[in-house]
Amino acid sequence: MRRRVIFRGKLLPYLLLAPQIAVTLVFFFWPAGQAIRQSVLREDPFGLSSEFVGLENFREVLSDPLYLNAVWNTAVFSTSVAALALGAALFLAVLADKSIRGAGVYKTLLIWPYAVAPAVAAVLWLFLFHPAIGLFGRALNAAGIAWDFKLNGAQAMLLVIFASAWKQVSYNFIFFLAGLQSIPRSVLEAAAIDGARPARRFWTVVFPLLSPTTFFLLVVNLTYAFFDTFGVIHALTGGGPGKATETLIYKVYVDGVQNLNLGGSSAQSVILMAIVIALTAVQFRYVERRVHY
Amino acid sequence: MATLELVGVRKSFGSVQVLHGIDLSVADGEMVVIVGASGCGKSTLLRIVAGLETPTEGRVLIDGRDVTPLEPADRDIAMVFQNYALYPHMSVFDNMAYGLKIRRVPRAEIRRRVQETAELLGISSLLDRRPRQLSGGQRQRVAMGRAIVREPRLFLFDEPLSNLDAKLRVQMRAEIRRLQKRLGVTSLFVTHDQTEAMTLGDRLVVMHQGRAAQIATPMEVWARPADTYVAGFIGSPAMNFLDATLAEEGRAAALAAGPVLRFADGPRPGPEGRRIVVGVRPEHVHAAPGDEGGLPLAIELAEPLGSETVLHGRLPGGESFTARLPGAAAPQAGAVLPLRLPADTLHIFDAETGLRLDPRA
Repeated sequence: MRRRVIFRGKLLPYLLLAPQIAVTLVFFFWPAGQAIRQSVLREDPFGLSSEFVGLENFREVLSDPLYLNAVWNTAVFSTSVAALALGAALFLAVLADKSIRGAGVYKTLLIWPYAVAPAVAAVLWLFLFHPAIGLFGRALNAAGIAWDFKLNGAQAMLLVIFASAWKQVSYNFIFFLAGLQSIPRSVLEAAAIDGARPARRFWTVVFPLLSPTTFFLLVVNLTYAFFDTFGVIHALTGGGPGKATETLIYKVYVDGVQNLNLGGSSAQSVILMAIVIALTAVQFRYVERRVHY
Repeated sequence: MATLELVGVRKSFGSVQVLHGIDLSVADGEMVVIVGASGCGKSTLLRIVAGLETPTEGRVLIDGRDVTPLEPADRDIAMVFQNYALYPHMSVFDNMAYGLKIRRVPRAEIRRRVQETAELLGISSLLDRRPRQLSGGQRQRVAMGRAIVREPRLFLFDEPLSNLDAKLRVQMRAEIRRLQKRLGVTSLFVTHDQTEAMTLGDRLVVMHQGRAAQIATPMEVWARPADTYVAGFIGSPAMNFLDATLAEEGRAAALAAGPVLRFADGPRPGPEGRRIVVGVRPEHVHAAPGDEGGLPLAIELAEPLGSETVLHGRLPGGESFTARLPGAAAPQAGAVLPLRLPADTLHIFDAETGLRLDPRA
């Protein structure tokens, strides 16, 4: 149902749009503009003056081995988080889609982690996997596995991946469950009569019919892993040990806020911004069209 | 090509029993139509045959083999669904080939069989399309094709025509019948439409409240309905029912409305005064010749249809009554028309059980 509303004057529509425009201007365009400006400037060590250096900051950032390390970390981290969060959510959704006793409770419990703040989630995982006081951390060590994510970079990466994915499973679960429920039962029954066993039904009918949902969630999860996992990493590992869990977004923080390298940090921000824009463009362009059967 | 047998099939959903023991045997190549109002359990029965539901009690035998515990995949049947249930993400070709691929039929043979079937159904030009690019009638054909191409032992149809418009429905009905005869595949067809049932079935199963009220050929169901439900369900407009009692030592019915009708075929069992129901189809009623008297029908509504006129009205006792008279020159609403009910067209039922009463042998 579409209704066309026509306002008399010119003022009212602008007034109605003003709050949204103000928010976008203040919290996005202004900082983004600042970042772009900063990315081509270099400050003196005391922050008293700055000079224009062109693309020098970008050249420096892109040739910095530490930056390339962060790129690699981000790639590993975000693919793992997306794969883990999508896989687990799909598995749980398939189970929840069956008619089982207490389905309502089960679904509610699965959705809860989404309501937990990133830092709180991180502390929860910290307490579980702390090598000295954590329940699982101690158990692992007792079982003879040398578990200490504060010393072992791979273990630290594993932990932030799990903690970040855990938070995203709920969100994916809701979408997958809705997707599964929108698949007509008779189509699955037709496949069963055509001779397909459950596993085959899943891979040849259910999974392809979920592809629009999966693609949408993939983009959302990558965006999440790229940009919204700062809190988890900060509370769990602080990017360490060494630089083992330093992702792009975390490095922006470290370089800009801790090391006060404003030019370099801004250049990284601009690169990240380009990635967001690209991801969003992909989402808008393809989610609506290509994946639809 | 197979026989199908249902033995004492019962089904309950929780405490609600929807099937109260159905027995049916379908011969090789026969088309049996299960017909009934919605909620009578006909779809459930079909789903039990398909293996999509498990019967609470009873057995399903295909070719004499008990398939009750088998999964749908192992029964070698094909089903056409009401909403077609095509795989939306596959082309028409892949939709039809799906079952064959699962059965590991060689690629070349799949191609050959799909193309043959597509030709048979006139959908060869659609093989590359997706279901959403097809019209309702085309989807229907694809759904049929998907069933036919598998060469199953049994076809199941779950109201496949109810989503089509009237004209297409008549056309597809004829086509389904033609194909079924040509392929000779044993078939079960579920519908709520009595015309479909009458025209498609070798035999009908008229279902009512989870029971098979009558299993017989369409003509027999029409000519000798087993009870008042079947009598009222088959035939349009529906049969008229008049309360009466047995009179003249079982040789006649004394209508509550007054007149006494003598039976043409012999006495019915039971004491005089036994409460019965007399059924007469609207098309069997005549206008009585002027001097004969007859049953006066106070006409409330006349529906001229050109070749015939349907009259709705009331008898003196207040019972509503419908008559179908040939020609368009019929009386108008408000008139009173004396009717004659020919003795050889009467159906006699027991008033308590609703069951048909046949003459004493």
